[in-house]
Amino acid sequence: MRRIISILLENEPGALSRVVGLFSQRGYNIETLNVAPTDDPTLSRLTLTSVGDDKQIEQITKHLNKLIDVVKLVDLTEGAHIERDLMLIKVRAQGALRDEVKRTTDIFRGQIVDVGPNVYTIQLAGTSDKLDSFVAAMAGMDILEVVRSGVAGISRGEKVLSL
Amino acid sequence: MELLSGGEMIARALEDEGVEYIFGYPGGAVLHIYDALFKDCKVPHILVRHEQAATHAADGYARATGKPGVVLVTSGPGATNAITGIATAYMDSIPMVVLSGQVQSHLIGEDAFQETDMIGISRPIVKHSFMVKRAEDIPLMIKKAFYIASTGRPGPVVVDIPKDITRPDEKFEYRYPDSVKMRSYAPAQRGHTGQIKKAAKLLLSAKRPVIYAGGGVVQGEGSELLTRLARELNYPVTNTLMGLGAFPATDRQFLGMLGMHGFYEANMAMHHSDVILAVGARFDDRVTNTVSKFCPGAKVIHVDVDPAAISKTVMADIPIVGPVQSVLEEMLNQISLISEKNADQPDQGALERWWHQIDEWRDKHGLWSGRRYGESEKIMPQQVIESLYRVTKGDAYVTSDVGQHQMFAAQYYRFDQPRRWINSGGLGTMGFGLPAAMGVKLAFPDMDVACVTGEGSIQMNIQELSTCTQYNTPVKIINLRNNYLGMVKQWQDMQYEGRYAMSTYEDSLPDFVKLMEAYGHVGMQVRKLEDLDAKMEEAFAMKDKLVFLDIIIDPMEHVYPMHVAPNGSMKDMWLSKNERT
Repeated sequence: MRRIISILLENEPGALSRVVGLFSQRGYNIETLNVAPTDDPTLSRLTLTSVGDDKQIEQITKHLNKLIDVVKLVDLTEGAHIERDLMLIKVRAQGALRDEVKRTTDIFRGQIVDVGPNVYTIQLAGTSDKLDSFVAAMAGMDILEVVRSGVAGISRGEKVLSL
Repeated sequence: MELLSGGEMIARALEDEGVEYIFGYPGGAVLHIYDALFKDCKVPHILVRHEQAATHAADGYARATGKPGVVLVTSGPGATNAITGIATAYMDSIPMVVLSGQVQSHLIGEDAFQETDMIGISRPIVKHSFMVKRAEDIPLMIKKAFYIASTGRPGPVVVDIPKDITRPDEKFEYRYPDSVKMRSYAPAQRGHTGQIKKAAKLLLSAKRPVIYAGGGVVQGEGSELLTRLARELNYPVTNTLMGLGAFPATDRQFLGMLGMHGFYEANMAMHHSDVILAVGARFDDRVTNTVSKFCPGAKVIHVDVDPAAISKTVMADIPIVGPVQSVLEEMLNQISLISEKNADQPDQGALERWWHQIDEWRDKHGLWSGRRYGESEKIMPQQVIESLYRVTKGDAYVTSDVGQHQMFAAQYYRFDQPRRWINSGGLGTMGFGLPAAMGVKLAFPDMDVACVTGEGSIQMNIQELSTCTQYNTPVKIINLRNNYLGMVKQWQDMQYEGRYAMSTYEDSLPDFVKLMEAYGHVGMQVRKLEDLDAKMEEAFAMKDKLVFLDIIIDPMEHVYPMHVAPNGSMKDMWLSKNERT
């Protein structure tokens, strides 16, 4: 099962490599990884998705919690949550395809953020599923480049991951 | 407030931390630190002959005393040489603080002379690591290093220190913190009361209970409480390789070690039990044999300070996260509360039948209830350990290397106290025994310290004989010499039809007696059984001499019992070369 684990990490040199190293060291997989600073300059927020059975995920969270640089973590998939993945996708947009790309982008509520004589760059945010569907819908076009941020997540309601 | 340089702060912080010995080796990146140690530091420094030995010596010291071992090495090769010893300590959860030099801050990343990414290389085998960026941080970082290394589930901590941070001409205000608090590190202080209550109930309802105690009981100073609990309940106890001494071996309730080379009665009792109380043990693959066949009828109570150790391989029915001491104390209270109300618990009839069954197993194949090894014209390795046990009256610190001799020592030396058996269990590091013995002897100079080894292992850190000369650490080295890599040979006998690929030395072994003389020690060779006790007595009578007993043993002997693998359960064992359960 796919899980979204969200981590508050000490903003220390080497902290990220401990998290990533843990996964390779113990043979767990990381599907996506997203990390950035928070409003507190001493903390980074890291969201990662991993696929595994319950036993494996339990081990992953336990081992992550053991890392000294991990301050707190939550498995977002245990409750209601919001997840967003951001994608920038560059496609060839020439002739009749130009309209087709625009239409598909509109249907998915994406935005064309850069326009060239032959290419469009589209920005699309949503769940990973939605982004996958968009890429599938664009399969007939000439996709030049895809870049995704990886999932960032937060729980719904009043529940917060903070100190 | 006092002004000190970075190097001086390190020396002073080690003093303030109450460190008894530093095990290390100087080099370019740590010269400022060594100069500070030389000028003004009360902590003696032991100069080893190879950095790996520094870590093992610190490790031996830590296992024997319970205090963190301290290592100081230079950058690059100094740091990488220390890696095996750090991994050894990590696998057995031994508290250790390793200070490694690093090239100057502005050179980091430039492939400078003797540069290596120590934080990166050591990352998977440390509990935590720090890179010092500012000299003013040194006192707090060292305090944190000791705090992390020695609390919770202990382990090694590396502090990497660039040379410029320790320069003598820049001084800073020094104050060593009394305590430290970290928002991201809070090891469990006590177990969950509800869980302990549930565990006590289950334990008292057991008809075929076993207490399975591991290294965590030794490390967590839980031996007394565990022994009290076991005796109050009259339940059988088995110890892991790491847990030997956690429950007294000469007690009638002790079943011996369990696992791959565990006692028949211990493995049988585990397999047929209905409740297992696992304390400070981690269901290692050398214990469980095939996990899916592990103790099919047993409910498992698992007590460990590390939540990640629980349900890692074997699912716990009642997990309890907490330090063994406080959990066992609370469990004892709960047990007396429950048994006050329920006089029929535990079921004495069932317990009597269980003991009857266990004693039957013990009489049939127990290693201590009769001679289980064969006859030979040569000395049998088991006889050497029995002699060592007799001569030291069971009261020595025994370190070992890794291989057949390690298993014979674990099986035949009966440890009645914790911290007396010192071996590399998790990583299985050959070359551990001699430097570890050095560390133990420095900690307890008046005690007998024996290093049980083989001619394979001893040669992996034999250079430390010179360190023993320099610091007068008169340990006794008991070399079980069979002229083979014995455990490798045993597997080659059992699984490769006796094809001894690279497990013999032919005629290449040194004359150990002469070698000892070259180092200023005493070497004696023993060939005949009738000389064994006398030579052993003679060796231990030489209180101020390192004595090496080169004992020629039967090379064909195997270690038994031995789990049948693959696909065997706890109860599937070879009992001799041609007899299995």
